[in-house]
Amino acid sequence: MSSLSAEEKKLIEVDWSFKGVAGKFDRSSLQRGYQVYTEVCASCHSMNLLSYRNLGENGGPEFSIDQVKAIASAAEVMDGPDSQGEMFTRPGRPSDKFVSPYPNVEAATAANGGAYPPDMSVLVKARKGGSNYIYSVLMGYEDPPVGFQLDDGVYYNKYMHGNKIKMSNPLSEGIVDYADGTNASEEQMAKDVTTFLTWAAEPHLEQRHKMGVKVLIFLIILTTLVYFSMRRLWSRIDTEV
Amino acid sequence: MSEKTYVPSTKFGKWFNDRLPLLSLSAHLMEYPTPKNLNYWWTFGGILTFCLASQIVTGIVLGMHYIAHTDMAFNSIEHIMRDVNYGWLLRYIHSNGASMFFLAVYIHIFRSLFYGSYKSPREIIWILGMMIYLLMMATAFMGYVLPWGQMSFWGATVITNLFSAIPLIGDSITTWLWGGYSVDNPTLTRFFSLHYLLPFMILGLVVLHIWALHVPGNNNPIGIDIKKPSKDTVPFHPYITIKDLFALLIFVIIFAGFVFFSPNILGHPDNYIPANPLITPTHIVPEWYLLPFYAILRSVPDKLGGVILLFASIFILFALPWLDRSKVRSAIFRPLYRQFFWILMIDVFVLGYMGAMPAEGTYLLIARIATAYYFVHFLVVLPILSSVEKTEPIPLGISDPVLKT
Repeated sequence: MSSLSAEEKKLIEVDWSFKGVAGKFDRSSLQRGYQVYTEVCASCHSMNLLSYRNLGENGGPEFSIDQVKAIASAAEVMDGPDSQGEMFTRPGRPSDKFVSPYPNVEAATAANGGAYPPDMSVLVKARKGGSNYIYSVLMGYEDPPVGFQLDDGVYYNKYMHGNKIKMSNPLSEGIVDYADGTNASEEQMAKDVTTFLTWAAEPHLEQRHKMGVKVLIFLIILTTLVYFSMRRLWSRIDTEV
Repeated sequence: MSEKTYVPSTKFGKWFNDRLPLLSLSAHLMEYPTPKNLNYWWTFGGILTFCLASQIVTGIVLGMHYIAHTDMAFNSIEHIMRDVNYGWLLRYIHSNGASMFFLAVYIHIFRSLFYGSYKSPREIIWILGMMIYLLMMATAFMGYVLPWGQMSFWGATVITNLFSAIPLIGDSITTWLWGGYSVDNPTLTRFFSLHYLLPFMILGLVVLHIWALHVPGNNNPIGIDIKKPSKDTVPFHPYITIKDLFALLIFVIIFAGFVFFSPNILGHPDNYIPANPLITPTHIVPEWYLLPFYAILRSVPDKLGGVILLFASIFILFALPWLDRSKVRSAIFRPLYRQFFWILMIDVFVLGYMGAMPAEGTYLLIARIATAYYFVHFLVVLPILSSVEKTEPIPLGISDPVLKT
């Protein structure tokens, strides 16, 4: 069972704002996280399941309609065929899906040394440990221990399975310039982009939490009422309920 | 069904009831004399009916949005999660609902085991129940394949491959199940079709299960035959309906806790990775409710042997009423059986845990011992207990403290 030790390396536990029964996303962290995604991750990682319009929807980064339109139109979307049968490119619309950096999985794999950069839409839900795992991997780059063999294009990471990862450390101090003036430290960027990816994987998380609290309050009140009605009914019988 | 005959109060009611006695049926269901000492373990029948209804209703709506095609299934589920109004709610109710359904059915089965509800004259109820359980497993397994994630694909591959262990015709059967030479689109479409069909077959069996129950009436915690109706019984409505409702609400609170605050905790993260026939996950594990059987399957080094033992572990339950020949039903009056009941329960938990662990080393050894004990319990312990156990004195009636000696 010693082979499991690398896998079970304790992840960094972050006190996420979206944790817990009343957990919500930090709006500005989501917006910063989107910036990290577009400026750093998006050059290799696709997010096929998201549309630009999602960025303006409730419970997400909540960019304004104009911001969403501007973000979308900066993308070049392949459309067609037109009436001449030709494919053409046009500026993106909010209803378009995020444009992928590569035309297909094979192209993405070939361009990245044989390792497919996974689509990030549901990545947080597809990894054991979820948000903490993504954050830990981003913060887990360090020099390999003495004698640890690494091939070219393979990097050492404390939290990856087998401690090997084909992605070089994507984050370095100041690699993005946050519009809101927040200091772009590695921790800050890792936290922001993980928050963004968590929202991307679970866009209705806030709605779910809010509804859940109401449902539970309703159920507890109803259960209490039913309990007392039941006691009253059964008091006619000589047996305890 | 010995209660007083129902006479409709209106003329139309009488006319209708003479032609189709629906009113008599509902009167029977309301008056149905039920032992007054039923404890909360008896509320799981009602809870299970709710689970089935909830799965069917959410499933029908999910089926309107789901696309059974290997290229589109995964994304169509994500479409439900993201773009369909309250789609996330429907899907989380449905996926967690399967777990809650099994949680309830296991409690229901163990209740029957403890109080001897499978014994004469209730053997048919028990057998129908086992058939329902078997169909539930098939339905849940095929449902898990539909999202077409990594666990869906590899789970389907492992389970369908079991049939290839059958000598001579095994490979042909597997090909026939797949609709081709590997788990692929024809497999997915037929699983979707069957996943939609089986719940209605379960529903039919549930009707028979309840019908068969209403012939002898409910067993009860002290396991004695009671006169019906009598001072030992209460009418089903309102006494049992309200008690069932109360228990159901507690159950729904727990259910809602999962759906709203931890919807993915019972699933496997790998199922959020689209199916890829070229990459095998490190550990292929079924959903938690099938783990004990998975442990039994893997505890045998030979594939055919494992498959035989797997099926035997389920079908042995069908024979239970004839393996346990003790005349006393309730474990309350069976001092030895009571001990073995708890040992069996622990054994099943151990098997479940081993099913989730890799089949190697100490894990495998423990799984083998637990598997052996599972069969020993049914094939050796129960028949022996039936003849050697000295049972405790049984009361004459529920309200009667006098003991029969």
